[in-house]
Amino acid sequence: MRIYVPRDAAARALGADAVAEAILAEAARTGLPVDLVRNGSRGMVWLEPLVEIETRSGRTAFGPLTPEDVPALLFEDITTHPKALGPVEDIPWFARQTRLTFARVGLIDPLSMPDYERHGGLSGLRRALAMTPDERLDEVKTSGLRGRGGAGFPTGVKWGTVALAQAPRKYIVCNADEGDSGTFADRMLMEGDPLTLIEGMAIAGLTVGATRGYVYIRSEYPDAIHQMTEAIRVATSHGLLGPSLLGQGPAFDLEVRVGAGAYVCGEETSLLNSLEGKRGTVRAKPPLPALHGLFGQPTVVNNVISLATVPWIFANGAGAYKDFGLGRSRGTIPLQIAGNVRHGGLFETAFGMSLGEIVEDIAGGTATGRPVKAVQVGGPLGAYFPPSKFATPFGYEEFDGQGGLIGHAGIVVFDDSVDMLQQARFAMEFCAVESCGKCTPCRIGAVRGVETVDRIAAGDPSALPLLVDLCDTMRDGSLCALGGFTPYPVMSALTHFPDDFARQREAAE
Amino acid sequence: MLDAADLSARLHEIIGAHLGLEGPLLPILHAIQAEWGHIPDPAIPVLANALNLGRAEVHGVVSFYHDFRTTPAGPTVVKLCAAEACQAQGGRDLIAATLRAFGLSTYGTTPDGKVTVEPVYCLGLCACGPAALVNDRLLGRATPATLREAAR
Repeated sequence: MRIYVPRDAAARALGADAVAEAILAEAARTGLPVDLVRNGSRGMVWLEPLVEIETRSGRTAFGPLTPEDVPALLFEDITTHPKALGPVEDIPWFARQTRLTFARVGLIDPLSMPDYERHGGLSGLRRALAMTPDERLDEVKTSGLRGRGGAGFPTGVKWGTVALAQAPRKYIVCNADEGDSGTFADRMLMEGDPLTLIEGMAIAGLTVGATRGYVYIRSEYPDAIHQMTEAIRVATSHGLLGPSLLGQGPAFDLEVRVGAGAYVCGEETSLLNSLEGKRGTVRAKPPLPALHGLFGQPTVVNNVISLATVPWIFANGAGAYKDFGLGRSRGTIPLQIAGNVRHGGLFETAFGMSLGEIVEDIAGGTATGRPVKAVQVGGPLGAYFPPSKFATPFGYEEFDGQGGLIGHAGIVVFDDSVDMLQQARFAMEFCAVESCGKCTPCRIGAVRGVETVDRIAAGDPSALPLLVDLCDTMRDGSLCALGGFTPYPVMSALTHFPDDFARQREAAE
Repeated sequence: MLDAADLSARLHEIIGAHLGLEGPLLPILHAIQAEWGHIPDPAIPVLANALNLGRAEVHGVVSFYHDFRTTPAGPTVVKLCAAEACQAQGGRDLIAATLRAFGLSTYGTTPDGKVTVEPVYCLGLCACGPAALVNDRLLGRATPATLREAAR
């Protein structure tokens, strides 16, 4: 009997380890032969721990499970189990998705190379190995893939710059410093299908002529660090990595590096400084990391999802990927639905779904049952959207046009109990805590921002224009997105929810 | 207190094990903290010397990153997510209740030195908040009761 219990951090945080132990204990007690696989999460966090049992007719799911549910699961008619969900693929929330990047997450044993290959793994790299260098670059460019970390820069253009650069050494750096609140796609991918990321980085190395790569993972993700480290070991022992890619290509080696709790290291140049063993301060651009990156060498810095999508593009063709999407946002985006929602989790879909459909239909509204007041899209540097902007389709340019950004596609829903002045204050406070200190608008501006919001809260009307002015200065004068984008949540809160700023004033008067 | 000779021998072992890496300082600091629970002051000049850096540079790196401690934490470390997705799920109240429960007015270590309560900005558990990390145990939909149980 094969049973899947996720090893995903969210599943573990909701009790998956205890369920796995209960299954093994019951099996040992009764002599039932059980093959327990610790898979990734299928992404429906409200159903975790979601356990799947393999039967003759396929896999069938149960959840959310507790250890007390286990005996009935193993020894009674599972079709009548009170927590039976049927096949995962038939659950409407799952069936509505277009799973390309996340196709194997939750489906396979994350650390099994045979399982990976059985589900299409390595076919992208094999096709890439048979192509000429120009064909490889064209494939990435044609796919329309853009940086999924948030900046949306065309991946093929970045790779082309590194490919053309002449240098003794080049690097592929995977930015797995997923610090935005409301995002967990990188974590889930690394925990559930780490070999995909390795294959994507190998294709990147092959395409640009880099022989060494680093995966920089934040220290807050111990499970992802564990899975990636193990996966690199598996990939090396199977000849995917090492002196020759799959025995046919050039050398490529990978190493995991662990961050140390600095949000700003998600910014690519401070990440490079951190990798070099320095303070994670931001570097001025130019020079671009593509030409002058890690240790001064040409470097591809890409987000986990960008790199992990590359194998699908090479396996299925750039045209197939490009066919999904909207406008200049091609392909799919793994939405991370979080905060106060009934149905939260990872929902991969083609670009173009409206924010309202995501919040009201997919997420099912708030968990508290109260009306939605604001939705923050794109992490702590993303704007707060009021329901009046719910028609905005999910795409880079579309959100930009509404004074926001999609960022890393985290969607955090708040009900009507939220105080938007407090959220604006938090945005400034977070920027002050996490500023690298290199540029003045961010380092000083964020501190003054907290004080200015406090003055508004205390009923000082002269502080309002000051806050607007401060946001202008931070936006235009900061060296990177931390200081430059903190005005998004602050100004969107002020613009769309003026009552929360005025009410404070009235209370004080 | 740390014995200077023990520190020195083990420190050189740790440094030696990482010298083959490119940019070895962060991996070394992580290893030192794993060994002693913090970065002991006497380690700074030794590191500077081994890596051909200034003491100020090493100190600068240690002080830049939130993870690195210059004094040990309590044996139980409770990290509470203070970021937006958890705020949307009652995170602010949980933080206030937890600090109260441990008799703290702000983040820090209890007077008996047993528990350290700290903020963390996102554990990637944003669809099952409020989230917490008690030593190495992750908690989703954390409550004062589940936190107390995990911190026991």
